[in-house]
Amino acid sequence: MPGKLKAKIVAGRHLPVMDRASDLTDAFVEVKFGNTTFKTDVCPKSLNPQWNSEWFKFEVDDEDLQDEPLQVTVLDHDTYSANDAIGKVYIDIDPLLCNEAASVISGWFPIYDTIHGIRGEINVLVKVELFNDLNRFRQSSCGVKFFCTTSIPRCYRAAMVHGFVEELVVNEDPEYQWIDRIRTPRASNEARQRLISLMSGELQRKIGLKVLEMGGNAVVGYLQCFDLEGESGLVVRAIGTACTLDKLSSGTPASNACNSPSKDGKEPVFGEDLLSSSGPPTPFRALPTSSSSPPPLSPSKPCSRQSSSSDTDLSLTPKTGMGSGGSAGKEAGPLKTLLRQQTQTALEQRSMFSPTVSDRVFYLQEFPFFTLTSFPPGFLVHVGGVVSARSVKLLDRIHNPALGNTRSYKLLDWNSVTADEPETRDAWWEEIRQEIKSHAKALGCHAVVGYSESTSICEEVCILSASGTAAILNPRYMREGCLDIGIVDHRFEDPSPPSCGFCHIPYDELNMPFPTQLTYCYHCRRQKVPDVLFTTIDLPPEAAVTGKGCLIQARLCRLKKKAQGEVNATAISNLLPFMEYELHTQLMNKLKLRSMNALFGLRIQISIGENMLLGLASATGVYLTALPAPGGIQIAGKTPGDLSNEHHILTIQKRINDTIAKNKEIYQINPPELTEEVVGSPIPEPRQRSRLFRSHSESSDEVSELDLSHGKKDAFVLEIDDTDAVEDIHSLLTDATIPTGFNSCNTEIMPGIYNWTSAVQMFTSVRVFRLSNANLTNQGLNKIFTDLCENLLKSFYFKLRSMIPCCLCHLNFTVAVPEEELIQVAVTAVAMTYDKDQTQEKPAEKPITKEQLQFPMELCADSSSTNTQLSSKISGSLTHFFFFLSARGPPPLPAASVDYGSFADRCSTWLELLRLKAHTIRRGSVKTISSLERSSPVPDGRSRSLRSTRGFGGSSVTVVKMTPLSFLPGTRIIKYLGIINMFFIRETTSLREEGGVSGFLHSFIAEVFAMVRAHVAALGGNAVVSYSMKECVFMENPNKNQAQCLINVSGDAVICVRETDQEPVPSNIGQTCTSETDGAT
Amino acid sequence: MAMELDVFVGNTTIMDEEVYQLWLDGYTVSDAVKVRMEGGVMEECEASADVLLSDTMDQYRTFQMCERLLYSPAKLANQLLFQIPPHRQAILIERYYAFDDAFVREVLGKKLSKGTKKDLDDISAKTNVTLKSCRRQFDNFKRVFKVVEELKGPLVENIRQHFLLSDKLARDYAAIVFFANNRFETGKRKLQYLTFQDFAFCAGQLINNWTVGAVDNMVEDMDVDLDKEFLQELKELKILITDKDLLDQHKSLVCTALRGKTKAFNEMEANFKNLSRGLVNIAAKLTNTKDVRDFFIDLVEKTPSCVGQIHGRHQKLYLQNVSRLKRISSPAYFFPCLSPPPPPADAVISAPPVRTFSVFDLSAVIISSLSASLLESSVCKSDL
Repeated sequence: MPGKLKAKIVAGRHLPVMDRASDLTDAFVEVKFGNTTFKTDVCPKSLNPQWNSEWFKFEVDDEDLQDEPLQVTVLDHDTYSANDAIGKVYIDIDPLLCNEAASVISGWFPIYDTIHGIRGEINVLVKVELFNDLNRFRQSSCGVKFFCTTSIPRCYRAAMVHGFVEELVVNEDPEYQWIDRIRTPRASNEARQRLISLMSGELQRKIGLKVLEMGGNAVVGYLQCFDLEGESGLVVRAIGTACTLDKLSSGTPASNACNSPSKDGKEPVFGEDLLSSSGPPTPFRALPTSSSSPPPLSPSKPCSRQSSSSDTDLSLTPKTGMGSGGSAGKEAGPLKTLLRQQTQTALEQRSMFSPTVSDRVFYLQEFPFFTLTSFPPGFLVHVGGVVSARSVKLLDRIHNPALGNTRSYKLLDWNSVTADEPETRDAWWEEIRQEIKSHAKALGCHAVVGYSESTSICEEVCILSASGTAAILNPRYMREGCLDIGIVDHRFEDPSPPSCGFCHIPYDELNMPFPTQLTYCYHCRRQKVPDVLFTTIDLPPEAAVTGKGCLIQARLCRLKKKAQGEVNATAISNLLPFMEYELHTQLMNKLKLRSMNALFGLRIQISIGENMLLGLASATGVYLTALPAPGGIQIAGKTPGDLSNEHHILTIQKRINDTIAKNKEIYQINPPELTEEVVGSPIPEPRQRSRLFRSHSESSDEVSELDLSHGKKDAFVLEIDDTDAVEDIHSLLTDATIPTGFNSCNTEIMPGIYNWTSAVQMFTSVRVFRLSNANLTNQGLNKIFTDLCENLLKSFYFKLRSMIPCCLCHLNFTVAVPEEELIQVAVTAVAMTYDKDQTQEKPAEKPITKEQLQFPMELCADSSSTNTQLSSKISGSLTHFFFFLSARGPPPLPAASVDYGSFADRCSTWLELLRLKAHTIRRGSVKTISSLERSSPVPDGRSRSLRSTRGFGGSSVTVVKMTPLSFLPGTRIIKYLGIINMFFIRETTSLREEGGVSGFLHSFIAEVFAMVRAHVAALGGNAVVSYSMKECVFMENPNKNQAQCLINVSGDAVICVRETDQEPVPSNIGQTCTSETDGAT
Repeated sequence: MAMELDVFVGNTTIMDEEVYQLWLDGYTVSDAVKVRMEGGVMEECEASADVLLSDTMDQYRTFQMCERLLYSPAKLANQLLFQIPPHRQAILIERYYAFDDAFVREVLGKKLSKGTKKDLDDISAKTNVTLKSCRRQFDNFKRVFKVVEELKGPLVENIRQHFLLSDKLARDYAAIVFFANNRFETGKRKLQYLTFQDFAFCAGQLINNWTVGAVDNMVEDMDVDLDKEFLQELKELKILITDKDLLDQHKSLVCTALRGKTKAFNEMEANFKNLSRGLVNIAAKLTNTKDVRDFFIDLVEKTPSCVGQIHGRHQKLYLQNVSRLKRISSPAYFFPCLSPPPPPADAVISAPPVRTFSVFDLSAVIISSLSASLLESSVCKSDL
């Protein structure tokens, strides 16, 4: 069914001079969608043209609407020669296809040229009229919402979590086509940008279809990646978690709970916290009954190829990953029926199984994977540990590239080797997922959460990696409508308290999957916990934590001989286990050194280069109150008789002990003494346990399981037997300390910091180091790599010193080996300020937005319905509250905020601006007017014309905040406007003139930011959350004065308002809360 | 660690004001790092020289990218490339257009041409301002000059609005543009003791009183060119020396106005005739472009020593009256009407109320401003 796309070109500004003679430009615009093109009139001799075009109307399929971007090209008219292109704007119209997102795209877009960068701006208006499509065989999936956020988006409630969705699309890379030899770099870059835009549109549409088949309406934790495989093609793949989301509004029961004084909503929660160690805790008693329906897991099967339980699927596999160009859509007739059959079987299966057999429901899903990293309270029951799998594959080459042109965008030609087909890639991932699944099973878990996939490619070798956290999810939420606590699985009759339950082991104590030392939970004393816990998820908000967390990184370099093909792949797969082992040991040692016992957000990245492998593991270490205190590190020499050696060892031992003591102080780790308890030995437990459980499958499909434990060896005894060990210990100790006033973590929230203020600074930093010394040793490389990472962090601390006290959150390091001698590290993170004075005293002041993931309504009620009665109640229980704090860290649920006034004072100017604009909300869009609006009497009619276009005043640009987190401190997200997924290529042939490689990349990153901000502003948004830079591929050729860079970014465009603000839209959440907090200040 | 590539880009552009100043002052990256190290920023944040170098390079790059936008500051507010909070934008612009008094003193009144630009290295050596900074300042002057050249309306206001500058800075630029346009000679040794601010003050007075814009505020170049008609009319001032009656009248009017307002009154009164003659002679020649250029030199050289004495010793007199020495509507050119002037001669009352300005006013203005710096010391001396 068709839709009607309308576009209007309003004006341009700051255009470049295209005619040297007159220093002016005769600009006109081509608007292209699909195969239809419209042109505006030429606006002669102006750098600030006013076109005010008619509405260009495109009547197109909604399938095309999803796949294609609107392409706006600005050109300079030339009477005698060919028109010169100034630049282009690609506008993704997907957000307009969902009625809950944006309704119009309108604003100034930077005109982008892949050679010259941004060249002026153009004001465009875009609307879509979509006709209702009732065709059940449709190929489009309009209306399915996509979120990059890896938790349930703030203003939604998950009615159902359906499960894993994945898809991949393969095409030939235009850069490697025959035609590329004769076309200009610009044409080649544009072909590539357009193709990738098409492919990601197609991918999103296909995933959307799967979601619709599953009965969902949204994809959360959508993760899309590109694999630039070079000559063997270009793969775009995506994974996500299908959900059914309900928008929270004042009409839902949830908000009723908020509006009511909700004594019963609040007191039980408080009481529980206080009593959790003594009385029988029923933490979720209040939740299902009062308001929130925890998301039931739909047992419906994800639409995927293979399943151990239903073999029929194998043949019915919808091979949807086709080359772009729509060929897949046309052959989809039978496919549809298959899909329906699948759902039917799934439905039958669902009804067949009794609800008590909870695990089975998960096994029904081929891959019970969740890309989410934060969950609603009670969703996560137990966490087993990290599961990961890696596989080294050889990419097949297309042997005769000269023939490539005949294939153009179509694949499956006789010439295509099987490697080109999406099936091959699908099978590869399939294999890895199966492996992950079996690992999870071995850990006694039926699900994998915090799941992600990645690749690293060098020449024709490719490492596929997947990792996640094995977990048991609450079976209570598995059936629709089964929210009554009456029907609880017998296995889970006695739910663990939320603050420690997830730490309890999911596996059988007598049949442990790997050696570990179990003790009774230090918090509830009733269940067993391991001594160390590694996970890839965020710290659950309700978890009990002692002290603060910090970023822990393990870094490793391994030299490798240069090789080709199979030999190379084998060499790499032989190296991998050793790298993982060493990374793991480093992580463990650093964790111990900081006196912590758990890692969250663990991400291990292994990158291949021609002559080396790089490994980087980042995680946030914390001290979980429920887990036993970590022991110290013992140093032992190999030759005990040697006196001088002994002395040396003693010195090192002393230094280690001092460091541990110092770290305890820095991170405020003062665990409560539990001497009367015999739960576990309080003295160092001298054995290493591994939470990592993984294996490596090589290209030969040989699966080797790797046990990372140190066997019989005493784990925390570091033996100094050679110089390497000395080096290791030395590097362990010389890890730079964080300057005072700074904290860092790679998770969403920093354990131990709760009172964020509103200043936010997102940044991206890229460094490339050239190894000058040709014959480097592993040790030397390690040192260089470690220094590189440490120096990066140091330089962040220095640059952001004006924000102290502040925390660098979501520090996301990406390493690569772009060329033989180069190491590239790219970091994206956000610095957020917090109120130092209140860190300890009022840990529960502001966690509403930070910690709460799914049910903001309840928490509104809990936290801020501070009527007098309630606040007196709070002060009454304050002593208990603090006692409680000192006992076990922050409480799982927020107390009422008492100090909103001071918070408001601290709000930055930006937020002031946002507040100003709350009044100018029109059609759901917020525009911020800069306070310094100057009415400059610019000679031409620029300012006049701009004023007429919806608040884009002559001198005002909407302030758009960006953050890799799912929230902005001090603000509340009131609307999600759609996903931002952009891919840019920039190339230069005048590298020196642009300030060298640094100047080139600096301006490119700034341009990418600018384009993201412009698109968000045009959608009516004022912030991007869950922002990430997925790809940053940089290539240079200084001799030719050339460089090229590809960047892929994504995020969620949102409208947010200041937390303390009155709601501009009456139907929005939290109105009463807001007014009450205002009254309280 | 020497990086092949090292960039840091914030969503909100991070700018350190100290580094910005170093950049504006034309320091090279390594010099800037040295200055910063001496400034103690390292201790502040446990940074190393590497970190400082990397930060300085980043900031320098950012400034270089911003520089293009600063050429037309209005663009800075609605460009999309850098997200800079408005108050920071204002700082960026104001600092970028700020200049060194030592430098501007050297180019004041010179043609803003390529030739002058070539001499910048000499000026740099002489003033101790780095060549880079000299170039920036020179280019700023030139840019402002070019833009306002073609605009209608009041000069200061145009500069203020086009370059989003503060009022003070806009006035200074107006003075620079005015001097450059009229090519007043300011570089002679005898004028060396005058500061830029002295000249800027004179320029302000000249713009307000002697230009076309003083009578008609909607013509091009109105505040930049001197009013030719007015200069022509100044010739008639000769009557003030030739006609004894008028000379007396003039003197009595001036004396009336200034009596009791200054210690130097007696000297001024005693030397009035010489003073008046010198000034009127200068005024009468101003139709000649060459003489316009030498205007300031003439004021110092060709007025008798008494002017020197006066401006050496009795600044108070003039300074106090400066506020009154504004354009006054008066019946005759040749009455140095200090405000509020009692119309002295009924005979000329009927003359049309044309804007007038006495050379005396100007000399007072000029003299007063000529050596504001000398003022304090000289007053002290005379008191001793």
